[in-house]
Amino acid sequence: MSKVIFDNLTVNQALDSMANSISSSEIYMIGIQRGGARVADALQHRLQKQKVSVQRGNLDISFYRDDLDTIAPNPEVRPSKLPFDLSDKNIWLIDDVLYTGRTIRAALGEIFDYGRPASIKLAVLLDRGGRELPIAADLVGLAHQAKPEQSVKLITDPEGWFVEQRQVKS
Amino acid sequence: MPKLKIENGHVIDPANGIDKKTDLWVEDGKVTAIGKHSGTADQIIDAAGKIVCPGLIDMHVHLREPGQEWKEDIESGSRAAVAGGITSMCCMPNTGPHIDHAGIARQIIERSDQVGLCNVHPIGAVTKNLNGKELTEMRELTRAGCVAFSDDGAPIWHAGVMRKALEYSASFGYMIIQHAEELALTKDGCINEGWISTQLGVTGMPVEGEDSMISRDIMLTRRADARYHVAHISSKGGVKMVRDAKAEGLHVTTEAAPHHFALTEEEVLGFNVDAKMSPPLRTEEDRLAVIEGLRDGTIEVIATDHAPHHEDDKRCGLSCAAFGIVGLETMLPVSLGLVRDHVLSMSDMIAKMTCNPAKLLNLDSGTLSVGAEADITIFDAGATWTLDREKLVSKGKNTPWHGKKMTGQVNHTIKAGRIVYQNGQIC
Amino acid sequence: MKSLKHLFGIADLDREQIEYLVNLGDSFIDINRRSLKKAPTLRGKTVINLFFENSTRTRTSFEIAGKRLSADVINISASTSATKKGESLLDTGQTLAAMQPHVLVIRHSISGTCEFLAEHLENTAIVNAGDGAHEHPTQILTDLLTLKQAWGTPEGKTITMVGDIAHSRVARSHLLAAKKLGYKMRIVAPRTLLPAEVERYGCEVYHDFDEALPGSDAVYMLRVQSERLTDSCAFPSIREYHEAYGLNSQRLKKAGDDCLVLHPGPMNRGVEIATDVADSVKSHILAQVEHGVAIRMAVLAALCGGDGGDDGKE
Repeated sequence: MSKVIFDNLTVNQALDSMANSISSSEIYMIGIQRGGARVADALQHRLQKQKVSVQRGNLDISFYRDDLDTIAPNPEVRPSKLPFDLSDKNIWLIDDVLYTGRTIRAALGEIFDYGRPASIKLAVLLDRGGRELPIAADLVGLAHQAKPEQSVKLITDPEGWFVEQRQVKS
Repeated sequence: MPKLKIENGHVIDPANGIDKKTDLWVEDGKVTAIGKHSGTADQIIDAAGKIVCPGLIDMHVHLREPGQEWKEDIESGSRAAVAGGITSMCCMPNTGPHIDHAGIARQIIERSDQVGLCNVHPIGAVTKNLNGKELTEMRELTRAGCVAFSDDGAPIWHAGVMRKALEYSASFGYMIIQHAEELALTKDGCINEGWISTQLGVTGMPVEGEDSMISRDIMLTRRADARYHVAHISSKGGVKMVRDAKAEGLHVTTEAAPHHFALTEEEVLGFNVDAKMSPPLRTEEDRLAVIEGLRDGTIEVIATDHAPHHEDDKRCGLSCAAFGIVGLETMLPVSLGLVRDHVLSMSDMIAKMTCNPAKLLNLDSGTLSVGAEADITIFDAGATWTLDREKLVSKGKNTPWHGKKMTGQVNHTIKAGRIVYQNGQIC
Repeated sequence: MKSLKHLFGIADLDREQIEYLVNLGDSFIDINRRSLKKAPTLRGKTVINLFFENSTRTRTSFEIAGKRLSADVINISASTSATKKGESLLDTGQTLAAMQPHVLVIRHSISGTCEFLAEHLENTAIVNAGDGAHEHPTQILTDLLTLKQAWGTPEGKTITMVGDIAHSRVARSHLLAAKKLGYKMRIVAPRTLLPAEVERYGCEVYHDFDEALPGSDAVYMLRVQSERLTDSCAFPSIREYHEAYGLNSQRLKKAGDDCLVLHPGPMNRGVEIATDVADSVKSHILAQVEHGVAIRMAVLAALCGGDGGDDGKE
């Protein structure tokens, strides 16, 4: 059982609004593989239209997860790529859906293995609630309160992006 | 001694050509009659549905005493023997000290008499210290009770020494038993050389190690006109050479161990140390050749090469584990497979572990002739049981048949008229 | 995919598991190239390298792999001879297992040591770092990662392996992997250095190196242990060995321009491989070393991980 909770139009409006909020002269943006990287791509595309200079990187946090004991490592190769020096930069960390906060915790850990930025701000397309760690986004495109037994996913279909909610076994 | 009647059993005594349902009478430790006999018995064993045959003989056993009593001793080995239906066995001289002088031979016989379960006939060493150099005093050893000579475990590798051993023993009618293995070919080897050794990455023992030694020995036997017996034959080539030597009229005989006609090298896959022995388990082709040798009479004896080892000698990885498996308690059930597969009649199979070895070694046992010592085995050829290594009577637990279903079970073992083993209990 | 409890050898892995480990290794290459070469993946895990045979490079590779994933790595060199009785092996294994490591990495001269120890040790994952002439799975996974980088996939390619096949665990593991992954193996050696019935692996057997080279996509030179060659009469002299089975640039030309050169190391320059080949652009020998760390990270991570299940993040 799945239902679309945000359609293509709503998602795009949210992305437009996020791009406008982020906008400044120079932006360092890191997307979390895979959904966060796609959101970062979408934001980058919008910002570049505004002639903003965007430095992009991607993070794969697989090896920074804290749940290796329960799942096997994922062999899909989505290497982290941070082609700029992080030191003393103001970083935007981008993800698609913010839930427990564990991914963000792992991402922060990995970023600090690469360098010491001046600041990190978090932007997420969708905050679905249910935090298990004291982590909050600085910029939220869409907000929605989902139950623990529900999964909320950003679907990046070439025909159009939308957010889907489905019932999962708790 | 009470008068014992074994009634309604299927009595098989190959030496006398008896193979029928009848009664067997025992008195004063001797067989007194087969069939109708007037008189009353003090004790009756109902052997209906069972086979009653002469007590089995295993002419190739390592009892480890003296010297390695933690692996086995004469008492534990005797108990294991009667549990397997065996009432006479020959023990190999690779003890410590070796059976290369009369004192040790006498000591072993004395000890086995004390235990009183199973006849133990020592095999004397061919060379002192089994070193392959100097001959032992074979006449003295024979007087002390040795029934044949062997350096088993250590092949007599030196052709000159082997020639002299054959010539000397031939002068007095003694038999030389050879562990046929050319050590220069089998150095560091632990299983048969072939596809299995290649896959496991362990050094193999090529079959030519056995064949070349048998070939050489047969030539020397021909010249010496000696009695030569190949221990635990395992190869197709070896069986053929013995067959040809027999056809030529040479006094060449041989024995096969149950594992060599029941198992192949595949058993070792997974680094199974309990399938490691020398000679090693070989290919299916070799196994079938051994079976054919048993069928056509080339191989006249079944003997186990019972080689008990302590856990520590085995549990250390395939290439450093000790060679050998225990066999006393599995000889009969495994060999019965030959009868089920129609390789041998029941009588012929029994002959290979009774009168045939008795004849080779000039033993009185191995028959149910009236007047003979009443060594009798009663077994159920169809009873099935599952082998549990921990329940083996032998101190050695090294068997490849652990957890396997066995068909054929010993019910009674009678030694000189006395029931020494009865339905799982040693008496 | 079946999860991994131990890594004994290629024989126990199916194609999916082999590819999983190679791909996982691929994703670890990146961490090794960063300036800060550390991820917290195995934080709180203990890895013991138990080496009964000297092998500086394999041990170092495992040690670096464990440390870069934040595991606590302990190295133990236990010198023992193949003929020494084995109680000490089992005792050593049980003693170390009682200290509750997550992974025991074992190198031993006796084939089957890992299987033997695993039978007696519970709750410890065992990794075979080379056992006798049996298997050396992490080396082969390393080679497969190197070939993946070079070719994408080894499927349909021909690897020509030269040298002491009889005593080589690398050879056996490759012969098994070739069947599972669909590449061809040619093995080149005199009969004295071939194990019995080796053709049953489905490989092509050559005695003449020059005949085997045309059509080879990679040449894999095995290390020659000179004492083993001459003591066992496998070869009359190193000089003659080099002449018959040594790889030099002249000879390599027969294999065609795109042929790669591999070697598990350490090399005997001037014996099985000439310096001009070892250091040429065709040589992927140092890439093998680099990928060795990534593969061992992958193996350790895979053995410490759970049963798999969901892909993706929270």
